[in-house]
Amino acid sequence: MKFSKLGVVAVIAVIGVYIRAIYFTPFDALQGPAQKILYVHAPSAWVGLYLAFGLVFITSVLYLWLKDPKLDRVASSSAEVGFVFTSVVLITGPLWAKPIWGAYWTWDARLTLTLFLWFIYAGYIILRGAIDDFEMRARFSAVLGILGALLVPFIHLSVYFFRTMHPMPVLLKPSAPSMPSDMVITLVSAFCALTLLYAWLLHERYLLATERDAALEGRS
Amino acid sequence: MPPSTRVAPVHRRAPGFVGSTLAIARKDTLIELRSRSVILSALAFAVLAITIFFFAWDPTAVASIDLAPGVLWVIFTFSGLLGLHRSFGVEQPTRAMDALLAAPVDREAIYLGKLIANLAFVIVVQAISLPAVALLYNVPIGGYMWPLIGVVLLASVGLVAVGTLFSSMAVSTRLAELLLPLLALPFFVPVILPAAQATARLMNGRAVSEVSGYLSILAAFDVVFLVVCTLLYPYTLEQ
Repeated sequence: MKFSKLGVVAVIAVIGVYIRAIYFTPFDALQGPAQKILYVHAPSAWVGLYLAFGLVFITSVLYLWLKDPKLDRVASSSAEVGFVFTSVVLITGPLWAKPIWGAYWTWDARLTLTLFLWFIYAGYIILRGAIDDFEMRARFSAVLGILGALLVPFIHLSVYFFRTMHPMPVLLKPSAPSMPSDMVITLVSAFCALTLLYAWLLHERYLLATERDAALEGRS
Repeated sequence: MPPSTRVAPVHRRAPGFVGSTLAIARKDTLIELRSRSVILSALAFAVLAITIFFFAWDPTAVASIDLAPGVLWVIFTFSGLLGLHRSFGVEQPTRAMDALLAAPVDREAIYLGKLIANLAFVIVVQAISLPAVALLYNVPIGGYMWPLIGVVLLASVGLVAVGTLFSSMAVSTRLAELLLPLLALPFFVPVILPAAQATARLMNGRAVSEVSGYLSILAAFDVVFLVVCTLLYPYTLEQ
């Protein structure tokens, strides 16, 4: 596989951050080594739930307006990459929850929200697989992309009525981060590294979509 | 050969937006009333589900009043899906949708007409399964019938608004009826969750003011998704 410049930077950044996270970042006083999963979990959630989903929403709205196939390719690429990152969140979360909360899963607001975003991503990918016509596939998935983003506040609101167990974000909040600076540096670098990884995967997936569409166009 | 009778051509004005919406709602409801195919299977499903759910739990461990709200909302959801799939499926075999699109009718009116017909379908199923659950699970609903009907209607509008749009999309895909629940169910959750919670509170004799929070979530969902789905519906049609 040929790596682009962005790919080389992203992979080196990810390797560097996790070497720092494993060997050069102190253990949490209460949770011990289990807490280190934070450096995968939180940045993946940032990418999968906010960045990738946000991009799907924006490009879907723009597609219905401008009808540019490039926008559809960005939306579908972002959805697929976002699906992978959200899967990572859903796998690392329970692994961390078992030793700390005592259960793999609780029907907590944040967990449920993440699960449903994952379902919407899955529905989006299955929907695309069930339509052959380019233009129709792009239109339908844009409709789903917009509705999915509008659903998020409602899922949040309706599960809010349950008590929440998940800690609030330590980084993306108005007050200062509630962590020692060693950990904050590792976490911030992990956010940056996974954002780079997302950008690279998105770009690769976009190129693949362009080639695939061109190949299918040539055949028909 | 009978003598031909010449009938003077009738010049009728094309109906406006409301007129065509109601005409489409009437058309769909008439088709269903005359064939009665889907409504009967939905009702049979409702009664079977009431029976199966009762035996899926140990009646000595779980009180039927705790079971009833969940059973009701599972029945409403899945029987609703049966009706929603029919909504556009009925246009498929003869490609009647093409004729509808060629008619001088706003596309938004097609969506709203279908929505009203689907709402009527869902309400008929609810009007029969709600008393059936009350009767068979021995849950007296007389004391809070109006608030309960309010919850059910508010939730139904939300379910049908989203479901009608996805039904339009699903029939055009290769997966057809398999895709509808896959797309619609994640969207049903924020409706069913507050609706089932509100139903449970009402059945447990809590005050109506305690469920007002849930009612406002349902109302907000209805408004947002009715508007957005009406605007997005034309994009789910052939252009």
